Amino acid sequence: MKPAPFEYYAPTTVDEAVRRLAEHGWSAKVLAGGQSLIPMMNFRLAQPGVMVDLNNVSELFYIKPGTDGGVRIGAMTRQRTVEKDPLVAERAPMVHAAMPKIAYPQIRNRGTFGGSIAHADPSGELPAVAVALDGRFKLRSKRGERWVGAGDFFLGLFTTALDVDELLVEVALPPVPPRSGWSFMEVARRHHDFALVGVCALVTLNSGGACDRAKLVYFSVGEGPVVAHQAAGLLEGQAPTAELIRAAAETASKDDVDPQSDINASADYRRHLARVLGERALTEAFGRARGGE
Amino acid sequence: MNDRHTITVTVNGTPYERSVEPRLLLSDFLREDLGLTGTHTGCEHGVCGACTVLLDGVSVRSCLMFAVQADGHEVNTVESLGTPDNLHPIQEAFRDAHGLQCGYCTPGFLMTLVPFLAENPDPSEAEIREGISGNLCRCTGYQHIVDAVKLAAERTRGS
Repeated sequence: MKPAPFEYYAPTTVDEAVRRLAEHGWSAKVLAGGQSLIPMMNFRLAQPGVMVDLNNVSELFYIKPGTDGGVRIGAMTRQRTVEKDPLVAERAPMVHAAMPKIAYPQIRNRGTFGGSIAHADPSGELPAVAVALDGRFKLRSKRGERWVGAGDFFLGLFTTALDVDELLVEVALPPVPPRSGWSFMEVARRHHDFALVGVCALVTLNSGGACDRAKLVYFSVGEGPVVAHQAAGLLEGQAPTAELIRAAAETASKDDVDPQSDINASADYRRHLARVLGERALTEAFGRARGGE
Repeated sequence: MNDRHTITVTVNGTPYERSVEPRLLLSDFLREDLGLTGTHTGCEHGVCGACTVLLDGVSVRSCLMFAVQADGHEVNTVESLGTPDNLHPIQEAFRDAHGLQCGYCTPGFLMTLVPFLAENPDPSEAEIREGISGNLCRCTGYQHIVDAVKLAAERTRGS
């Protein structure tokens, strides 16, 4: 058999799941969709001693409207369900645009929204989208419940703010603010492969048409979602002209991202893509912000 | 560790009760425990799509699931489609349009395409290519597979 042996638990409630996590500590691993974890287990890169399978925890499968006008997504909601959900399309259009880019249809049938976030793969789409949208994550443990902002959740390569006994149970995405526009773009060698570089942009204009807030978040160019602070600093308070957008994308590619070379692309090529995609995404986002008033 | 679980899985309409180790992959359960070798294993890490089966009617990678997780669920494999004398329309279209050469990847393509065509009986070429993007074929260059899907769609709509 490919994976190493493990003890298996299939709780049916969150309470039971977090009790198992508290009981088994670091030897336990949460099994959500398994579309990243099981490949790692098949290679024996991961050999958890205990698996806590969430697939029977029905209370984690939902998409609900948020009272703030946003949307709340239960951690075990299948990616395919999110992709096709009309409420997500209406209230979180950036998520709707990103979903079809995640792996292949069969993977999305099984993969989960929360699993992709908790896995924190630096080339994952959803961690970057959640950061760009200022999403908030509800974490549960036997000790209680807490909320963590997406910006504070991703700590590094496959590393998050989740404590050993904590479970990600919900992702809350706020509504897109007024006079705002968004964009999601990525470049992959083949459709659905891991992105060489991807970017999410969310921009807000003030009543005078200048940039009030710009958030440009890259993925596949660092150890997690990379927020382009320097680029945002150039844009905020200024009229978003084509020249300024070009300069901001240039800055992002030089000063904000720190891509590595690997078998798929050199660091230089990734910087090039960061500049080109950054410019296109900002242009699209500002265009939508102007049109969406 | 010899943790075993008794599971009941309905495969191609037949319920099977078996005792399994939790680490047994669904793909190996189908092939080794049930002898249903129509489901092929290729990469065994979710890239190639050869092991695609239906879980409660939805296409999934059987190498990225444990058999124990299929407890109480319904699985359909390529054996549930047609027989040599009475091929499923998608199988017939693959034969007629030369949608296969070595045939190793074919069961995965077929089990991807059954729900795909049920959901979208008149797909565009772009939609077909999107639909089969999770399945690798190293022989055909995909062109004849796309032709086979178009043919299957046409015939199914026409009947």
